[in-house]
Amino acid sequence: MDKIGTAGNRGKDVRSDCYVEFIPDNSGGRKIDIKSKVDALFGKSIRNLTEQILDLFEIDHASLLIEDAGALDFVLAARIEAAIKKIVQSDKEFLLPMLEQNKFIKAKDAFRFSRLYLPGNSPKLMLNAGIHKPNGIILDLEDSVAPAKKFEARFLIRNALRSLDFYGAERMVRINQIPKGLDEFRFLVPQHVDLILIPKCESAEDIHQVNEVINILRKEHQVDKQIWLMPIIESAKGVIKSYEIATAADNVVSLAIGLEDYTADLGTRRTNEGTESFFARSMVVNAARAAGIQPIDSVFSDVSDMEALATNVKTSKLLGFDGMGCIHPRQIKVIHDNFAPEDAEIEKAKKIVLAFQEAEAKGLGVVSLGSKMIDPPVVKRAQKTITMAINTGKLDENWMSGEG
Amino acid sequence: MTINDKWPAPSNKKEKQDRMKKYDKIVKNAAGREVPTIINSEEHIPFMGVGKFKPTGRRYGPKLSSCADYPDDGNKVVKDLRDALIKAGLKDGMTISTHHHFRNGDLIAKQIFDIAHELGVKDLRWYPSASFPCQEGLIEYLEDGTINRIEGSMNGPLGRFTSEGKMKGMAILRSHGGRYQAIQDGEVQIDIAIIAAPTSDPFGNANGVEGDTACGLLGFALADSQYADKVIVVTDNLVPFPCIPWQIHGNYVDFVVKVDKVGLPERIISGTTQITKSPDRLLIAEMTAQFCEKAGIVKDGFSYQAGAGGTALSIGIYFSEMLRKNKWKARFIRAGSNKYPVQMLEEGLVDYILDGQTFDLEGVRSMRENPNHVNTSPFTSYNYHGKGNFASQVDVVILGATEVDVNFNANVVTHSDGYMLHGIGGWQNCLFSKCTILPIPLFRDRIPVIRDEVTTLCGPGELIDVIVSERGIAINPLRQDLIDKTKNSGLPIKTIEDLKDEAEAICGKPEKIVLSDEFVAAIKWVDGTVIDAVRKVNS
Repeated sequence: MDKIGTAGNRGKDVRSDCYVEFIPDNSGGRKIDIKSKVDALFGKSIRNLTEQILDLFEIDHASLLIEDAGALDFVLAARIEAAIKKIVQSDKEFLLPMLEQNKFIKAKDAFRFSRLYLPGNSPKLMLNAGIHKPNGIILDLEDSVAPAKKFEARFLIRNALRSLDFYGAERMVRINQIPKGLDEFRFLVPQHVDLILIPKCESAEDIHQVNEVINILRKEHQVDKQIWLMPIIESAKGVIKSYEIATAADNVVSLAIGLEDYTADLGTRRTNEGTESFFARSMVVNAARAAGIQPIDSVFSDVSDMEALATNVKTSKLLGFDGMGCIHPRQIKVIHDNFAPEDAEIEKAKKIVLAFQEAEAKGLGVVSLGSKMIDPPVVKRAQKTITMAINTGKLDENWMSGEG
Repeated sequence: MTINDKWPAPSNKKEKQDRMKKYDKIVKNAAGREVPTIINSEEHIPFMGVGKFKPTGRRYGPKLSSCADYPDDGNKVVKDLRDALIKAGLKDGMTISTHHHFRNGDLIAKQIFDIAHELGVKDLRWYPSASFPCQEGLIEYLEDGTINRIEGSMNGPLGRFTSEGKMKGMAILRSHGGRYQAIQDGEVQIDIAIIAAPTSDPFGNANGVEGDTACGLLGFALADSQYADKVIVVTDNLVPFPCIPWQIHGNYVDFVVKVDKVGLPERIISGTTQITKSPDRLLIAEMTAQFCEKAGIVKDGFSYQAGAGGTALSIGIYFSEMLRKNKWKARFIRAGSNKYPVQMLEEGLVDYILDGQTFDLEGVRSMRENPNHVNTSPFTSYNYHGKGNFASQVDVVILGATEVDVNFNANVVTHSDGYMLHGIGGWQNCLFSKCTILPIPLFRDRIPVIRDEVTTLCGPGELIDVIVSERGIAINPLRQDLIDKTKNSGLPIKTIEDLKDEAEAICGKPEKIVLSDEFVAAIKWVDGTVIDAVRKVNS
């Protein structure tokens, strides 16, 4: 046999990752060669993990080379399993324990101001993603992963969903375009994934196909929780069909727009003013609002220009969006600060909420502020503003106890 | 027993042989670390506790000189460095000192030992104020016996060489202040000091602010000029007497050498003198600055130390924002200066920069042009055997560390695998500030930074007040005042044990490393006592 299965990354700039070469053999036992940057402190533990994986896949004769640049166990395990499975067919999976905190369930209408894209085959960027407190993190299998690396990235993402603590961020995965992306669900559904982003979504049919696969897997793996969907509208056709997509199923919670592909589809390009995408953005906002779900804006790609980002976020908020993607952790705070309600908004919302409570306490059917009548949708919006203000740190949780 | 006591002559052959040993007579010091008390045949005192060792005796006195032996016209210029070294009497076993103001752009150290090698001189002790990767070429001379050992800070390849037990003598690492103290106390007697100077006159008055290769100041060479037997100034910008300002006084100088280029100032700037772009480190910097704000440390008239290192520099940016917002002004910044503190000085956010070394050319320019950008030396800032120094007057210092243990002891010299890869610099001296903060990631690659016990003890935990990591802040229980002030600050305050557990939950618990029994380097505390010894790495 002269087959070699490889996975992972090597080179002098690689950190928190490893490179694995697997060559099966018919005799000669296991030849495990580990070259680790952290050998003095974790050499034994890496060898032990490697043996466990080989045991699971019942591989008794093989050469295994591991060049380790400080990879955590979940990364090592993903790389080793991917290298083996490039050669050996097996339905077994080597699964490390699922963190308890990864079993929490995110609400359908959870805040989704910010969601941080993480390239699906770069463990280094995943480790500390949660400490920057995005509302969600997106483990990306699509554009940020080279075609040759998509196979191994699935194992890495599966393991990250089990082993990595994202400190309360919603754990999202962007799959590849349907139908290719349908194969990826078996790596995600059993791992308590919260939300799936469906790229280049163009019809309700895409959503139905996705839900069919999800429901089969949910039954098979006894997953009770719902898995939320965020279709991404990235084409002229998608924009036209956006209401149909937004209402395709109950687990569609947001509608996102991806402007790079959309402008390419139109035959134009993105500008800072965004005139070319005004229609599409408004259409997506309208479709989402009509369906009662969240409209989410495209990413802003200049990571060094925080002022331009802030302007962009303000425009986005005015158009009616509820959130935006980020490609760098430093964008998160700017996005939160600018989506967060402004001081004047908060003050007004406080008055309305207090008036509403007073009316309720008095058993009045009508809420009024001064001489003005307040309609129920206005009260609802004010309550939402207060929650947002608390969540973004602009208002103390116990603000009411401080009011007259 | 004091450092200055003369070591009595050996009374018999065995005692004489013992004295020749790399190290001997191992004891447990007050920090519980095993250290030799004889190092390179000289007696050293084990660490006794912070502030416990009191020196007696008088400062070391170099030999007296007479003007009769120096030219009346003040011209001390000799043909070249080789000529100067011969005239200075270079011979086996001497101590040769250099400074590191050019950092990774030093051109002179290698030339000195090239000449020594050509002359067949052996067993030299090199006593730099710090070493840099550009001096990797000296390994050849450590191998062939031209250099017996390095006593100074060891960085990069030289640290690795030493860790692997390849150096003939035992290395001794000292802080910047400890280096001045060792010279002043006579613990290290310099035979020949070579001072690379961007500008000098023929008399030997020299400075670092003028000339094409300006590197800022020459403070690290001050003690060398004052106490060495022979002093050689090497310059590429020879100006007529008087060279003003005279940071180094020609009255201490024996010979002046003119070369084509004395150093590469563009290589003063290293990776550690740029603001970090890493989002994780920026977060740690932001949390550190917020801690200082909530603890009431940042206020009108406060002072801080901005060290090298991307995180420390970023904290300075956050401090500026706080000063600006509150219309406050800091009294002084202790630097390591580069363009960031310089901007603050020029914007009026701070009255003075007290500068020990310039880290970039903006720092050099500012020191040349701005009288409030003051050059300092390890004598004024750090020397522990003086009548005070200003390190303890600084309100807050931000330092790095390779490891910290659950008792807040910290290591700045070795990595967790035992390899010695960094010098001490001013780190130990800065610990005496009113508040010492170490902003550090909880783990690097997969290696947790908070350990049960540090691999090498460089700073006692009683002097380290706060650890700021991306996953939480730990305050030393000795600082109840800081704990009280930040109790309801909304900052993620945790215990150091919690932080350690958190890192180990992510990385796994590291195995205990096995090092050799053999010692390769001693770590000095600021008072000249031995706080720890570094063991050889099993390669």
